[in-house]
Amino acid sequence: MPFDPSQIPIVQIVFFVMTACAIGGAIGVVSSPNLFHSALYLVLSLFGVAGYYVLLSAGFLAVVQLMVYVGAIAILILFAIMFARRLMGQGENQNNQQWWLSLPIVMILFAVLVGVVNTVSWPVSGAEPTGDTVMELGHAFLGSYLIPFEVVSILLSVALIGGIFLAREKVEAEEA
Amino acid sequence: MLQEFEFLGVLGAITLTIPVVTLIIAWLLRPKKPNPAKQETYESGIKTIGDTWVQFKAQYYIYAIIFVVFDIEAVFLFPFAVALRQLPLYSLIWAIVFIVLLFDGLLYGWRKGALHWN
Amino acid sequence: MQSLIDWVLSFQNPWLTEPIVRLLSHLVFAPIVAVAAPAALIILTWLERKIIGRIQNRLGPNRAGPFGLFQAFADMVKMFTKEDITPANADRIIYNMAPGLGVISSIMTFAVIPFVPGFLGADLNVGLLYIVAIGGLGTLAILMAGWSSNNKYSLLGAFRVVAMMLTYEIPMVMTLIVVTMAAGSMSMAAVVEAQSGMWNVVTLPLAFVIFFMAGVAEVGRSPFDLIEAESEIIAGFHTEYSGIKFGMFMIAEYVHMFALSFFAAVLFFGGWQVPFVDVSSWSGPIGSILGLISLLIKVFSFVFVMMWLRGTLPRFRIDHLQNFGWKFLVPVSLFLVIVVAVVIRMFAPGSDVSVAGPLSGLVPFGEWVALLVANVLVVVVSLFVVSRVARSSQDKGLRAVAAIEGVSAK
Repeated sequence: MPFDPSQIPIVQIVFFVMTACAIGGAIGVVSSPNLFHSALYLVLSLFGVAGYYVLLSAGFLAVVQLMVYVGAIAILILFAIMFARRLMGQGENQNNQQWWLSLPIVMILFAVLVGVVNTVSWPVSGAEPTGDTVMELGHAFLGSYLIPFEVVSILLSVALIGGIFLAREKVEAEEA
Repeated sequence: MLQEFEFLGVLGAITLTIPVVTLIIAWLLRPKKPNPAKQETYESGIKTIGDTWVQFKAQYYIYAIIFVVFDIEAVFLFPFAVALRQLPLYSLIWAIVFIVLLFDGLLYGWRKGALHWN
Repeated sequence: MQSLIDWVLSFQNPWLTEPIVRLLSHLVFAPIVAVAAPAALIILTWLERKIIGRIQNRLGPNRAGPFGLFQAFADMVKMFTKEDITPANADRIIYNMAPGLGVISSIMTFAVIPFVPGFLGADLNVGLLYIVAIGGLGTLAILMAGWSSNNKYSLLGAFRVVAMMLTYEIPMVMTLIVVTMAAGSMSMAAVVEAQSGMWNVVTLPLAFVIFFMAGVAEVGRSPFDLIEAESEIIAGFHTEYSGIKFGMFMIAEYVHMFALSFFAAVLFFGGWQVPFVDVSSWSGPIGSILGLISLLIKVFSFVFVMMWLRGTLPRFRIDHLQNFGWKFLVPVSLFLVIVVAVVIRMFAPGSDVSVAGPLSGLVPFGEWVALLVANVLVVVVSLFVVSRVARSSQDKGLRAVAAIEGVSAK
């Protein structure tokens, strides 16, 4: 049988690479003793998720995932770590007294998730999205989803005010 | 969609090799004579005093919070900006309400002095 | 690029199916982009030294090769053969990863730049957002370098730089929204096409000024070069770096600056457009070559302006910098987004009455004039508000802003 390069399952290969990023990153987050490393593993994991969005033809979401999670939230998390902890600490203790309690809960959660994944019929469409997806999003935001759109704005201002309020106490404590 | 990201994948793979190759070449060429004094942390010629952990200004953290909020706002505004010419007029008013609401949050922070750098 | 693919496909070779040809074209074009961007560094560093030298009444490099042109190669050899010290207290893995990540993020931005009509790497319909997203990786690299060095100056430098990047990214993104509204698309190619009538810099001058200021801050060049405020924090986040790893941060910085010049040219100066000539309609390579030359002239003009700024302006103080960003640029850019949205909507053409703007008959000339007037109006109103508020308020930061703006606040 002659080698046919168009038969190389590129999508599957990319999928496995991205899954390796996402799951490997997630395992790294919980297993790394160093908080800073955990945060960087989180970035890797989120990057893998952005790859999924690309495979699902959701380019806008993929780029947003990169911009918001890697460009903004990861930085916020890193700042928060440096804000709260001593730097280069010799690693946190990864267990506390309640570890035995969390074990059965995690087991049950895992069982439930496996059950859900197996029972739900996932509607799959091989169709490519038509037209400019970002344009469609714009119409949806200010058309049928106008109220959620405005609620997002209120939610964001609440987050902004709340964040400033909480962090402000620390600033004042610093200055006093 | 996938087609457009193909190039990014190829470019990403090639770009990834550039720093790796550079580091390998440098590793082959450069002298390696480490000694304890050389590897000390630099602090203007004196021995390092205390921990690296310096008092972290909370101001940095406030800026980061505001930044995250405005980043997400921008994400919602980009689809609006693309569709702007085809939207009905009342949508424009709602979009302005969206921006003004967030601007209020910024004004609150301003009033509270959260934007101020000492 | 598509025409090239079609040409190869016209051979009807059973091996050369469409996806294969596309992949091959990527494999040809991607290495060119990946190598050309760092290679431009050879010219950029030489230019920088020569220009700064002339500004300071010196000759600049003039020993290595004709006019000192080979200076960059000499530097390269030096970087490669220097001992590279990793401090004993550093976090080795992250310490070694950080410069690489910086280089990768700066080169990857070139993927979406339209170099000539119909020829660009990835015509993403989210191209403008992509450049912001990839820039975030560079921020991460700086934070990693600062933390892993385990040095006070590195950490402090990283904090300062990252805080500045966050501050100036918001106005930058807002100007990108303005450009998106004008073009009706986030694709870089569409942004260039949309400027075939009039360049954005004429219709949206304020957006350009904010974009360029924020961009220079993002890149961390003078007068925003807190990255290397030698007098205050030694060398900032790369204090501990030496040899080629230091060189890689340099590469990242220059490639980033080069990319910013490309973005300014593409987003506001019409990219490959040549004034009064429609090169995209020309068949054959001459139109493309003219377009590329036009783009490169614009790009190197911006590069020159940035070097000129570095040669003449003193460094911003960090409090002035932050206050100027948060209390002036951010509100003004939000205001600009609203005003431009209203103007563009007023002139929106459309067959449907509910969709068409009330002034749609005046497109495009009326729209250009209205946008220009709106931009000037935003500038005047903002400066007026700043001067009024600064006069009555106790806000020292705002007074400093007013002083920078040259508005009297007595």
